[in-house]
Amino acid sequence: MNLGKWLALAAAGAVALLAAAAVRRRAAASAAGRRFLAHPTATPGVFILAFFVTIALAAPFVALDPNSMPGIVDLRDRPPSLLHPLGTDVYSRDVWSRIVYGARISLGIGALATLVAVTVGAGVGAVAGYFRRWVDAALMRLVDVGLSMPRIFLLLMAVALWERVPLAPLVLLIGLTGWFGTSRLVRAEVLSLREREFVAAAQALGAGPARVIFRHVLPNAAAPIIVSAALGIGNVMLLEAGLSFLGIGVPSPAPSWGSLIYDGWQHMAAAPWTSTFPGLAIALVVMALNAVGDALRDALDPRQEGP
Amino acid sequence: MTAWLVRRLAAAMAIVFAVVTITFCVIHLAHGTPFLPGPDQDVDPQVVARLRQQFGLDRPLPAQYVKYLWALLHGELGESFYLRRPVADALADAIPPTVTLAGAALLIDFLLGLACGVYQAVRARRFADIALGNLALFLNAMPTFWLGLVLLLVFGQWLRWFPVAGMRDPVLCPTIAGARCTVDVLWHLALPALTLGLVGAAGTARYQRAAMLEVIDQDFVRTARAKGLGEGRVVLVHTLRNALLPLITLFGLAFPFLLTGAVLVETVFAWPGMGRLSVAAILQRDYPVVVAAALVASAMVTLGNLLADVLYAVADPRIRARSERA
Repeated sequence: MNLGKWLALAAAGAVALLAAAAVRRRAAASAAGRRFLAHPTATPGVFILAFFVTIALAAPFVALDPNSMPGIVDLRDRPPSLLHPLGTDVYSRDVWSRIVYGARISLGIGALATLVAVTVGAGVGAVAGYFRRWVDAALMRLVDVGLSMPRIFLLLMAVALWERVPLAPLVLLIGLTGWFGTSRLVRAEVLSLREREFVAAAQALGAGPARVIFRHVLPNAAAPIIVSAALGIGNVMLLEAGLSFLGIGVPSPAPSWGSLIYDGWQHMAAAPWTSTFPGLAIALVVMALNAVGDALRDALDPRQEGP
Repeated sequence: MTAWLVRRLAAAMAIVFAVVTITFCVIHLAHGTPFLPGPDQDVDPQVVARLRQQFGLDRPLPAQYVKYLWALLHGELGESFYLRRPVADALADAIPPTVTLAGAALLIDFLLGLACGVYQAVRARRFADIALGNLALFLNAMPTFWLGLVLLLVFGQWLRWFPVAGMRDPVLCPTIAGARCTVDVLWHLALPALTLGLVGAAGTARYQRAAMLEVIDQDFVRTARAKGLGEGRVVLVHTLRNALLPLITLFGLAFPFLLTGAVLVETVFAWPGMGRLSVAAILQRDYPVVVAAALVASAMVTLGNLLADVLYAVADPRIRARSERA
């Protein structure tokens, strides 16, 4: 890390601060936004998320090449210093840079897999709640089965379909094992929405089921969907870390946060920073996501009680 | 109540059956087959063919499935491909360690979570509440296995207070016998149980705090205070009793969490339980062990949920009335 990278990092911090300030300003204008801001941890959460997204996007400016090994003999397992703020690993790679580039993979997997999970969950929940009868019964029994297995167990089996699972199917699989809870929430919401007058009005105007579900019912069920997405990303990141830790997640040279912990584990005694900092990064981001998710729940969905 | 229980049990069995079926299909379709030698091994293909025939793997999948179900109906779980022993024996060795670990973790989870939740509710919005609440948020956001690694580094490697791996000392206590070995197992249990328990307690404390706060403002609590009862009695007897219901929900939810956590925490601490057995079985494509492990896991989760519902009905007369009407 030279002076330019440190300055870029400071700039990234400033961008994140500005983003958090902008969110605050926008939120203060509405009642829901003020409920959001009433959570003392909401704004710091937004800042942490903005910071990690910024450095992930600006990775080449704030970090070194994550795969370069400048001195495999004399630069391995170095403790944190100005040059290597979070130390180096056993191959003399810079841990900070690997975390920054890992943010792209870990946050990306979190966001994409959650998108898949929430889309499928909302679709299934809406169909089950709208059509009721045997459709509802069949889909909800499927959900019961899905919820009765620990998710990591399901994923371990699904990943075994490949010899070495590529990134795209991995993301898809994580998403496809994560929609059960969301679909229950959305179904409950749709069950009550479908009895409302505006649905009867849309049906009376001749709208088909697809139009009623997607144009009239689902937009009104947006709140629980958004909240479960915000809380779901953190879950996916923890899951990805667990999978990588078992050696079957993101393939090794790519620096996901989970595989960084896994790589550092063997050298935990000689270089504790290689495993500690990626874990801290996960904990920080997941904490921020949970804080924002809780605040969003209170802001968008005051009826649904959370702890 | 009985009819409701019978219906719920039947549903639970249907779920477990579905899990067995899905697991059977997925793992048989998985990439690679058992008994295939690695790239650097030289094994006679005829030996492989004979092994596959011996375990019935050469027959079509539906036939294997029917045969497996028939055996399962008679309580036969088959024989492991790699462990060279019946699956039931392997499970009988692996379940007690996992139950020990999960039970100890659950104990830490509920005792610590309950104490923190009650204390936080009493000190609501003061420094201690906010500090503990933020600590809980942080613990809750950690990867469980990473917390295990950190505890292992600090207490196992640096301070050397606790052993770093395994369930008992292989020299002193080859098998469970005697009081000294019980102490040895407890000593090995401390770090993994603390890892799982701390993360769980963070969630429990949040729920318990919220439940306490909901009750503590109600009229009967004010009445208790007005009667002149001590604050300790008001909090611990009148409020806590009425704020224990959410704990039952958490109890039901704890099973999947403990099983998932066990998979990773057992790997970190080399704890010889179900989690490690099933991960190894999936990676080796040891079909009978995988299906049996899925069966046990899903049975534990569904029965845990059922148990939570029953406890709910026992604890809350309003719910009991509803389930009798349904």
